[in-house]
Amino acid sequence: MTRTSQEIAANRQRYEELRAAGQELTPKGLPEPTALDGAPILPDAVIHREHVPPGWYTTVRLHRGEALRLVDDTGRSSISLIGWCEEDASERINCADTVKVQWSAAISKGRIILSDMGRVLFSLIEDTSGAHDLLVGGSTPGSSRATFGATTRNTQDNFLAAGSKIGLDIRDIPPCVTFFAPVSLDDSGRFLWREGCKQPGDFVDLRAEMNLIIVASNCPHPLDPARPVASGPVTLIRHRVPQAVPDDLCRTASPEAARAFAFTDRLFA
Amino acid sequence: MNNTDISDVVYSCDIPAERPWSRVLRKGQTLRIIDSEGQQAVDALLYCADGPAERYSSQDTLRAQGSAYIELGTRLISNKGRVMARITADTCGRHDTSAGCCSCESNAVRFGEATKYQHACRENFILELSKHGLTKRDIVSNLNFFMNVPIDPSGKFTVVDGISAPGNYVDVTADMDVLFVISNCPQVNNPCNGFNPTPIRVVVRDAPGL
Repeated sequence: MTRTSQEIAANRQRYEELRAAGQELTPKGLPEPTALDGAPILPDAVIHREHVPPGWYTTVRLHRGEALRLVDDTGRSSISLIGWCEEDASERINCADTVKVQWSAAISKGRIILSDMGRVLFSLIEDTSGAHDLLVGGSTPGSSRATFGATTRNTQDNFLAAGSKIGLDIRDIPPCVTFFAPVSLDDSGRFLWREGCKQPGDFVDLRAEMNLIIVASNCPHPLDPARPVASGPVTLIRHRVPQAVPDDLCRTASPEAARAFAFTDRLFA
Repeated sequence: MNNTDISDVVYSCDIPAERPWSRVLRKGQTLRIIDSEGQQAVDALLYCADGPAERYSSQDTLRAQGSAYIELGTRLISNKGRVMARITADTCGRHDTSAGCCSCESNAVRFGEATKYQHACRENFILELSKHGLTKRDIVSNLNFFMNVPIDPSGKFTVVDGISAPGNYVDVTADMDVLFVISNCPQVNNPCNGFNPTPIRVVVRDAPGL
């Protein structure tokens, strides 16, 4: 079906309006990063605290009304993470939709991570660094051999092991997000590691917008020039948080985010 | 070289606008994808024909390459770290693998709920994959041939007007037997298809890429 010139012109105009809003207006409204000593968690809100040693992973069931704080205790670690909808694991993190919908491969406080079903998996309600990677992914057996000359513990194997323990397999391992991994790129598209973007105690709070199963892998990012010494323990704190109110900063960050939240809310209506 | 000059052709087909297609490429065969009318995004997935749990991986491909765009010489890497295929010719020069495919659900988020009931690449992929015993669960982040998605150093991520001219092509040569699945993208809400989806042509030949 060939589109008429009027349809094409109308669709182009709407696209340009959305692009201007998404790339010019939305970033101006995003909050400043959380201070390293900001956003303390009250002791009675903590559900569980887990320390994950270098090279290892953990699996967390995180429900709506809860958040997971990821803490890079030493400022040397990165945490690669995937997540599925607890009730239907075919709904899962979708990094491509996350960057496309938000017009940005850079995520920071106020942004959301989407599922493949147009819903919000989780929101970045606190974030000290805004230095995360959605494009390159975690370490693999091949990337560790290329770096170290031998297969070391790596994120791909961690995801497989974690998935297997809940009945999932390699078909269920989608592209991942890696926190505390300041990946950028130059004008020609070459990936770069931005120095000076990591500090001991950096953290993010991921607020679950649906019931989730999350796997977090504490392995050096494959572009981190400091690997293999780029490793240290990380702390994960599952805690209770209020659900997103109508004027929540992540919900109102953009018209796209507002729609994704509305579609997510319908699961619980 | 124009499209009528190529030798060793074993198969060719015009894929209508908005439609899916799939075929097993044998190791050493080359698939030419021709953007017949220009500015047409072609979404593609690859699976190992001998065991489709091994499939194309965008993140492994970009990490191995060290850069963000698909171009001449790019090796397409599987989720098990193996080379599935490589780009052996390219008269366009710019292809994406970070933006994923359009879906009814993501269209509704991006462009408003009225666009939920428009045909989308994921509908194509689901139906085409069902012929091979695969499901939505098997859809991973795909290739987008002829799709122009610059990512700037600040992370700004934009689908912009395609640069492919009528007749531009890309050759993909298989390093293993691969199930190659295409959705000729139906998107009308952004510039990836010039807001007007058009047919493409695929040609398979036995000769390896030039």
